[in-house]
Amino acid sequence: MAQYKLVKFTLNGKKVEQMVDVRASLTDMLRNDYRMTSVKKGCEVGECGACNVLINGECFNSCIYLAVWADGKEVRTLEGLLGENGELSDIQQAFIDEAAVQCGFCTPGVIMSAVEILESGRDYTDDELRKLLSGHLCRCTGYENILRAVRKTLDKRLGK
Amino acid sequence: MYDIKALYEAHSVDEAIKLRLEHPDAQILAGGSDVLVQIREGKRAGKELISIYMIDDMRGVTLCDNGDIRIGSLTSFSHITKNEIIQKYINVLGEAVDMVGSPQIRNIGTIGGNTCNGVTSADSASTLFALDALVELTGENGKRVVPIADFYIKAGVVDIKPDEIQTAIIIPKEKYTDYYGHYIKYAMRNALDITTTGCSVNVKLSEDKKTFLDVRIAYGVAGPVPMRAKSAETYIKGKSVSEENIKEFSNAVLEDVNPRDSWRASKALRQHLCVELAYRAIKECVSLAGGEL
Ligand SMILES: Cc1cc2nc3c(=O)[nH]c(=O)nc-3n(C[C@H](O)[C@H](O)[C@H](O)COP(=O)(O)OP(=O)(O)OC[C@H]3O[C@@H](n4cnc5c(N)ncnc54)[C@H](O)[C@@H]3O)c2cc1C
Ligand code: FES
Ligand code: FES
Repeated sequence: MAQYKLVKFTLNGKKVEQMVDVRASLTDMLRNDYRMTSVKKGCEVGECGACNVLINGECFNSCIYLAVWADGKEVRTLEGLLGENGELSDIQQAFIDEAAVQCGFCTPGVIMSAVEILESGRDYTDDELRKLLSGHLCRCTGYENILRAVRKTLDKRLGK
Repeated sequence: MYDIKALYEAHSVDEAIKLRLEHPDAQILAGGSDVLVQIREGKRAGKELISIYMIDDMRGVTLCDNGDIRIGSLTSFSHITKNEIIQKYINVLGEAVDMVGSPQIRNIGTIGGNTCNGVTSADSASTLFALDALVELTGENGKRVVPIADFYIKAGVVDIKPDEIQTAIIIPKEKYTDYYGHYIKYAMRNALDITTTGCSVNVKLSEDKKTFLDVRIAYGVAGPVPMRAKSAETYIKGKSVSEENIKEFSNAVLEDVNPRDSWRASKALRQHLCVELAYRAIKECVSLAGGEL
């Protein structure tokens, strides 16, 4: 017997509510009910970071997070970074400029980790950045360009 | 979609206990970073679950009036590491849980889940053993507290009664005051890897920093459950702080540990690690305590 529950939460700044199957992961709900297709299904066991989103300002792999747990929370996905007319944010542009995107499958997840880093408002060493980005697997770029894109955006935001 | 038979949600500890009694076959779901993954793998598929994740009262670190430190079982690893009480009094625990998985896993994984899974490689467990932590369980008839060493029964099995959930981990004041601790996780990768062998040491030196007043050393993956190396502890107590004594201490752990061969590492490598990690960890503790070697 299917079991449903009403979930009320904030998605990219907008209040939303949804009847959701209690067996759904947050990835399932974001992709199927809200068409947030930046949230990727990679490993679905918490290892690759392709499904990473921000919940109340912290990064979570949405594949191992129940949709019903989103109740009352603030969820942000890559779609929420775009400007009113679809303009890219600074961190997205930096990924393009630094060739930190190849196939792009890991990119939305990595960028959401970068957003948590950037919004903390403090500086980090490269080693600290590596550790903060270590929850993502990228099979294309070799990580160096990703690190550079985050570094440059961080430096810019800190006025360095 | 997860293969879950039914989901019961608790919003308070009382509700959780009631659900435990009503659904004796249901399993407890905290952050789900073990449970949900095992459902995906098919190991725990088709089960009833009691979600306790929304019980906000079970989150946070408090310094009690008597000086004990109380960590709510649902406190995430990242919140333990960032907590000021932890950083000030038992930084070693914050450092140990900062080695779990990845940033995202440290945001979802809870210290309760890390101890209730009964797993020997759990990164918080050896440090909690080395701190002589207490486990608080709450059930129908109220609270009971057990030493962490008694909480573990055998691999994958811990002492939780059918009406109970684990509600907190407590570090008694006398167990951390004047102790300096260090944890070393040995694994093949820096992130997203399970500990091959982990070692946590706590040291209390005399006022002149020349004598070991007390040393507690514990391991993960040196046996089926986390364990202390009591022979080594007995050897070093009262001895002077010297290179020779810490070498002897490290060798003495072999009388206690009992690692096995697995696909991750051989018994011989793990024994070697037990000795080497003991040596490096106690050395670091001495230095943190202001001693000299
Ligand atoms: C990609 C990945 C990497 C990981 N890396 C590491 C690592 O490096 N080191 C490490 O130690 N672990 C690691 N883990 C394992 C896991 O994250 C931890 O064990 C975590 O602490 C589990 O906590 P949880 O809240 O998610 O537990 P859950 O999965 O919700 O529960 C775990 C077990 O404990 C029981 N339980 C949980 N809370 C309670 C409670 N309060 N009372 C009674 N029973 C309870 C559950 O029934 C279940 O049996 C990793 C997991 C993943 C997916
Ligand atoms: S898809 Fe969620 S971590 Fe890989
Ligand atoms: S760009 Fe292809 S996986 Fe990262």
